[in-house]
Amino acid sequence: MSIAQYFKPAFLERPSPDNTVYKHTFNFRKIWKMTVLITAAVALIPLISITAIDYNVTQKAIESEILLRVGRVASNTKRSIDFFLAKHKSVLDFLINDNTFEELKEVGRLTEILKHLKTGFGGFVDIGVINSKGIQTAYIGDYKLEGKDYSTQPWFKKAVEQGVYISDVFLGFRNQPHFVIAIKRIYSIDADRKSSMAKYSVSTPILEQKTEKDFYLLRATIDAEHFNELLSGLELSGMGDAFIINHSGIIQTPSRIHGDVLKKIDIPIPEYSDHTEVREYMDSRKNTNIVGYAYIPDTNFILMIVKNKVQLMKSWYSTRSILIIFLALSITIILGVILSMTTYLVSNLYIADKKRAMAMHRIGYDNKMATIGRLAAGVAHEINNPLAVINEKAGLIKDMFIYQHKYDKDEKLINLVESVISSVQRCGNITHRLLNFARHLEVSIKSVNIKNLIDDVLGFLGKEAEYRSIKVIVDIPDSLPDMVCDRGKMQQIFLNLINNAFAAIESDGTLKIEAHQKNSQFCIITVSDTGCGIRPADLELIFEPFYTTKASKGGTGLGLSITYGLVSEAGGYINVESEVGKGTRFIVTLPYKHHTGKKEKKIANGL
Amino acid sequence: MKILLVDDEADYVSTLAERLSFRGIEAKWASGGQDALKYLETDSYDLAVLDVKMPKIGGLELKKEIEKKYPDMKFIYLTGHGSEDDYQKGVADSVHYLIKPVNIDDLIKMMNKVMEGKD
Repeated sequence: MSIAQYFKPAFLERPSPDNTVYKHTFNFRKIWKMTVLITAAVALIPLISITAIDYNVTQKAIESEILLRVGRVASNTKRSIDFFLAKHKSVLDFLINDNTFEELKEVGRLTEILKHLKTGFGGFVDIGVINSKGIQTAYIGDYKLEGKDYSTQPWFKKAVEQGVYISDVFLGFRNQPHFVIAIKRIYSIDADRKSSMAKYSVSTPILEQKTEKDFYLLRATIDAEHFNELLSGLELSGMGDAFIINHSGIIQTPSRIHGDVLKKIDIPIPEYSDHTEVREYMDSRKNTNIVGYAYIPDTNFILMIVKNKVQLMKSWYSTRSILIIFLALSITIILGVILSMTTYLVSNLYIADKKRAMAMHRIGYDNKMATIGRLAAGVAHEINNPLAVINEKAGLIKDMFIYQHKYDKDEKLINLVESVISSVQRCGNITHRLLNFARHLEVSIKSVNIKNLIDDVLGFLGKEAEYRSIKVIVDIPDSLPDMVCDRGKMQQIFLNLINNAFAAIESDGTLKIEAHQKNSQFCIITVSDTGCGIRPADLELIFEPFYTTKASKGGTGLGLSITYGLVSEAGGYINVESEVGKGTRFIVTLPYKHHTGKKEKKIANGL
Repeated sequence: MKILLVDDEADYVSTLAERLSFRGIEAKWASGGQDALKYLETDSYDLAVLDVKMPKIGGLELKKEIEKKYPDMKFIYLTGHGSEDDYQKGVADSVHYLIKPVNIDDLIKMMNKVMEGKD
């Protein structure tokens, strides 16, 4: 037997037709299932949907908040970078306009300019002037780059085309990341002339023939360290990382997580956009990243603000797990309450229905008994009157023999009359017993002699015992005190027990009824038979209402249950011992003074 | 000792009267309450033996009627139906009670007992 069976309420058992004649009024399994399903649905569906909606709304809100924040950081940083680059461009622009080509070519002048740039701005590493043929005509810096031909370099072409050029970051010979800004200037003859005239009284084309289309470039190398400071200064939450890549995805400034400088980035290069954009990308380590990026105009740079989504969502995840735990807990509690309440209610309904069915049966039984009683009493009364007449007439005949001495010699006639009188007496006994039995169907509490009671009950069954040659032994001491009780109910208790015993005895069996005093308050009456006995499995169920092993023979399964009810109603109790094939013994313990009143409660206990 | 027997069954009550006369007890019999009341107008009796169940006037009713006129009269009830109600009423009125069919000796014994109680 599994543990679950101990908890399984009785109404969930499918009724086995063999052992009961009790018919359910309702389908309790169905009621239970429907109630559980409907209440659970009504309670859980709104709860789950509200939680799901809240879950989504909150998650979306947090996500969009994160995107917004990343976007804002990206756009702010972009502005700083723009400003940084514009500042350096402006300086070079100023220098190229403030000085003529000739002035810039002068080593002393250029040296001074670089010195001032270094002290004023910092970050300038070298500076050079490149003529329109791509030859570096002047250079101040750590390397000997004077006279170097840049004409074939792509950056030179770009600078010539666009007027300004900002290079990618590269590692110089000192293994320091640098980048280059180059500014183009077209010769202004007037300006040059003016300035030439101011400085040199005679304008002389010295080395090169200058045309209107001629130009030159001012080129400066800037330490990328300054650039890095701009980005590393940002305080970013959620394992944030701010760095710059070029359009081919090569990392330009140090990244904490996403790769080394001048290596390829581990996330896809975001597509071009004029504005700051925010996207989600997976990196090579399968982390989802929120990427805010901005293309820096006029450069090859893309600003990247990369944050780990999982880190950012951390606060949400804890909220989410609280939400989920709360939901799971609520569901468990709701289901638990629904299950236990429904089980409680339906089992009460089941018990009530069973009680109702039993009460109906008992009412029917009582009515039947009452009808039989009335019928018997009616018959007895009707017979009594003619019987009384016969009695008197026969008595008169006898009197005539005795008092008139007319027929006193006729012994035979006297014997005949005697026999009529004694037969009338027997009839009278039967009618008296019937009347007595019927009389006690009404409730009345009075003193009852137990021996008389048992004799009365046996009086009805005596003939049956005789026919079936059942030996009936009654062992009740005369000293046993009378019992204050309802005689009718006592009759019913012992009629049921003796009837059952008769049913169990095949023939040639013995029925034994004994009584003895237990103490001053209780007496014990045992009814034992040598019948077929009761199987141990049935033994614990025999007092259950509607439990019968004789369903096919018209048993209602109520006899012993009613007996049990009557005994407990009286304040006593009933036990049973049985051995299959040997016989059964019912032990009824009854108080001398029976309980009255509180009938309903007792019946309830009796069930 | 003057005795009145009342029962709706004349056959029964007349035989009973005859049997009593064999035993030296003279009893008048009436076949019903009205008959009995008629006899009582002209005569008085010491003891009445009444059947409980009679048409028109029952034994208990008849007793009340008689008691109005002769409060000292004694009564014995006979009945074919020993119902609890009758019995209880009988006991309450402290009246004697026999169930039919009656043994004549029991009846005489009871009569003597009732009359002794009177004297």
